[in-house]
Formats: sequence, C-alpha cells, structure tokens
Amino acid sequence: MSQLSVDPLSATPSPVSPLIEAEGLGLTLSGHQILHDVDFSLAPGEIVTVVGPNGSGKTTLLRVLIGAERPDTGRITRAPGLRIGYVPQRLAVDRTMPITVDRFLALAGGTPAARAGALERTGIAGLGGRQLAALSGGQFQRALLAHAVLREPQLLVLDEPAQGLDQPGEARLYGLVAELRAEIGCAVLMVSHDLHVVMAASDRVICLNGHVCCEGTPLVVSAAPEYRALFGHGTHGALALYRHDHDHGHEHGHEDGHDHDHGHGHGHHHGHSHGHERPESNSGPGTPA
Amino acid sequence: MILDSFLIRAALAGVGVALAAAPIGAFVVWRRMAYFGDATAHAALLGVTLALATGLPVTLGVLVSATAMALTVAAAAGRGWAADTALGVAAHAALAIGIVALSFLHGVRVDLLGYLFGDILSVTRTDLAVIWTGAALIIGLVAWRWRGLLLATLNEDLAAASGVNPRREGLVLTLALAVLIAVALKIVGTLLITAMLVVPAAAARPLVRTPEAMAVLAAVVGTVAALTGLYAAWHFDTPAGPSMVVAAVVILVVTSMAAAIRGR
Repeated sequence: MSQLSVDPLSATPSPVSPLIEAEGLGLTLSGHQILHDVDFSLAPGEIVTVVGPNGSGKTTLLRVLIGAERPDTGRITRAPGLRIGYVPQRLAVDRTMPITVDRFLALAGGTPAARAGALERTGIAGLGGRQLAALSGGQFQRALLAHAVLREPQLLVLDEPAQGLDQPGEARLYGLVAELRAEIGCAVLMVSHDLHVVMAASDRVICLNGHVCCEGTPLVVSAAPEYRALFGHGTHGALALYRHDHDHGHEHGHEDGHDHDHGHGHGHHHGHSHGHERPESNSGPGTPA
Repeated sequence: MILDSFLIRAALAGVGVALAAAPIGAFVVWRRMAYFGDATAHAALLGVTLALATGLPVTLGVLVSATAMALTVAAAAGRGWAADTALGVAAHAALAIGIVALSFLHGVRVDLLGYLFGDILSVTRTDLAVIWTGAALIIGLVAWRWRGLLLATLNEDLAAASGVNPRREGLVLTLALAVLIAVALKIVGTLLITAMLVVPAAAARPLVRTPEAMAVLAAVVGTVAALTGLYAAWHFDTPAGPSMVVAAVVILVVTSMAAAIRGR
C-alpha cells in the first residue's frame, strides 16, 4: 500500500527527541490480529488524532503506547520519565466503591488547592465532595480530564473522550481540551471513530485500520484514497469541524456539506512527502530539523 | 497471665483476623473477587494435607496451596475461560480433593470440622503470634501499595498510564489474600473465610464516602462481629466461627436498612 506521510518534526521544528517512538508494532489478541506493522512517533507539543472504523485497533494502539499492553512485535521507546495524562474511553466506577471526586484527583497527586484549581479549570468547580459514581457523563469526563491535568502531563492521551455526550457537550469538551493543551503545552494523542471530531488543531491525523493506512495533515488525509476507501465520501464532516473551529463555530458541531467548498488552508504549513518511507534521519533523537 | 485464658486468646485471634481481613475484603468487594476468594480459601485444605503429610507447619502448607491456587485461577481466567466457570470448578474441586486427600492420611487424627468451620477456642500463643504477624504483614503490604491498588482497581489503563503496573498490584493483593487465608483458617475455617472478607466490607459500604473510610469501618465491623460472635458462642454454646459470621451479617442488615431509611 502507498503511504502518505508528513514528517512531524518538520511541522514542529524543534530539535528534541520524540516523546514516544514505536516501530513495527504488532499485536494479536485471542487469535485476532489487531495491529501489524505500525510505526509511530510523537514529538513534544504535537497534536495527533488517530481515526479509524470500529475495531480498527485505535484503543489497542493507545493502550500499547501508554504501556498498558505489551506488543507481540516491534519496539517502543518512551522518553525517560514521560508523564502521561490519560483519559480512558470508559471508566465504570463500581457502585460498591465509595470515592469522592477529590479523593480520585488525589490519586494523581497535587495539593488540595491544586485539585480545587483543576476542578475549576475543567468547569466542575465545587464537585470535589461528590461521589464519582454519581457524576453525569459530561461531569465525569471533566473529572477524568482534571485527573489527567493534575499529573502535569507532557502528553495527554484521550480515548474518545466525548463518547456518550450530546453534540454541544462534545464540542465544549473538545474546546476545553484545546484550551488546556494551549495552557500546558503538552502533546496530545487522541482517538476518534467519529470523523466530525477530528481536532481542529491536529498537526497530524493517522488513519488506522490494523495498520497505518495513511497519515498527514487533516487536509491531506481526507484527500487520501486509503482514507476515502475506509470512510466513503464522509470527508465533509472531518473538514467541517476542522474549519468550524477556525470560525469558532462550536455550538453547531458539524453541519457538513454546505461550506465544503469554502475551505481555506490550515494555519500551519506542513511539508509533506508522498512515498513509502518516512525519512528516518529526521525523526532520530536530537536531530535538528 | 492474661493470655492464659483461652477466651482472651480467642478474642485476640478474632480481632487480629478481623483487622487483617478488612482492607483485603474491601478490595474483594470492589473488584468482585468473592468467588476468587472462595476458590483460594478452599485450596487451604489441600495445604493442610500437604503440611500434615510432610511434617511442615500447617500455616506454611496453606500459604503455599492458597498462593498456587490463586495464581492458577488467575492464569486460567486470563486464558479465556469464563472467570465464573473457572472459579466455580476450582473452588469446589479444591474443596472436594482436599477432603478426599485428608482421608488418605493414615495415623493422623484430623479435625475436619475444625478446618471447615474454624476452632477459635483452641488458639494457642503460637497461633496468636502467627495471626498477628500475618495481620501486620497484610496491613503493611496493603498500606504500602494503597495508591497503586486503588488506581488498578478503578481502571487498569489509568493505572498503567500513571506508571503503576496493574498486574503487579493484582499479585500483591493475591499474596495478601493467601496470607490471610493461612492465618484465618484456624479462626473461621476454610468455608467461612470469604464471609469474613465480604460481609464487614459490605456492611461498611452504605456508611462511607471514601475507600479509606470503608476499609477502616470494615475493620471496626469485623472486630465487633468477632467479639459478639465469641460472646454468643460462650453464652449459647454455638460454634464460634459461624457465630462471628452471623454477627457480621446482622450488622450488615442493620447498616443496609439504615441506609435505605435515610433514603440514599
């Protein structure tokens, strides 16, 4: 297969080594090959979104990258002492477990003042004394986000964080993620099966279906034949929210199609190359771009 | 000396087991491991046989068999067996095989009923030392790993992202459980160990807001139940171990009803 790739380091020209670098990842779980030949690299501060259909291995890839699952093949190198703030797809708090939001946040660390600050920052100030299991879906995701932020992460990993939220709630959550990202300056690695939520500011989109079908800027990926093969013509949505955010049109989410032709280019300028291999020399540790 | 009274020794033994069982019991409830606890506890009989056949201390034999059972069951559940089925098979196979194996021991008088339901009134000073050492070990271990255990219980991926290995925390819990079974065998017996784990923790649940409070209150409930059960056994001439469990269940019913009335 052909691979569209954009070198991340040319997009973010900083002479630092990647936070996570993986090569040739493969994983088979109970007879099913979930991932194969996945190469991955994430630079500090970079925002990467992984898209793919259900069952394409997105969550598994995240789990492998954060160290929750060991791959059968391939290598992963994480920056020493890498601090990851993780927001899982689903966290079912058993009703048998009594735990307040504040106690949950304390597991991430931080002073009581820092915890109160994190709650305020994520828009759920004053809920510290509430039972975790009693929160609404949106409040819960924000509590998870507060937990992640308290770890002072270098990398924020979000696995479909807006699942189960209505569309305004989803848009607000992604808006919040973007704000937090801007404040902390951390890298963001996010998963979505929903094309409409490809993050406005994504530096790079990885289209996954067991392997990396294509990757690049949102515009490049949405034009790639591999992506179209997976998602049909549903490219409007991805671009719609992508552009919407430039217009600050959060509230409406995606009313795709209409403004399809009015698209303007992304604010960043990414050099991209078409070809099979990513230039290794540029992704080596400490190599100035 | 005060320890000369078998009743005092029994009370101290019961309290020791109640304190050690509380934090593990909380995790057994949160992680839905009651059946896992049963399987592990039932393996104790095999350990008794092993110890009596080889001349090793019974506590050591039980520790070995309970650990082996816990690790085996955890591995079987990880291999795609329905956990429920694997545990059901393991729990009852261990019990049956243990009783059969015990019957093969010739020339050794075995108090089977004592191993099944406990024999707290025959606790010796050595037993007391073993129980309180075990309790201190368990409480120390769980307190040391508390944050990691909580994270791993809430969400394994969240734990992994926080640098906590959930598999290692699970192993810590398994080891603590095996130690508890080894020291509690004499007090409540193999059949009722799980009750001393689950019932006090469940009784504490409606009244608390944090995991720490639940563990502490479970210790209080367990202690009260142990002493009440012992008192009842003394006065009504009932079997001590089951009386302690009955007392714990009564407390559970009371706290649950109180919570229901308060309209939580």
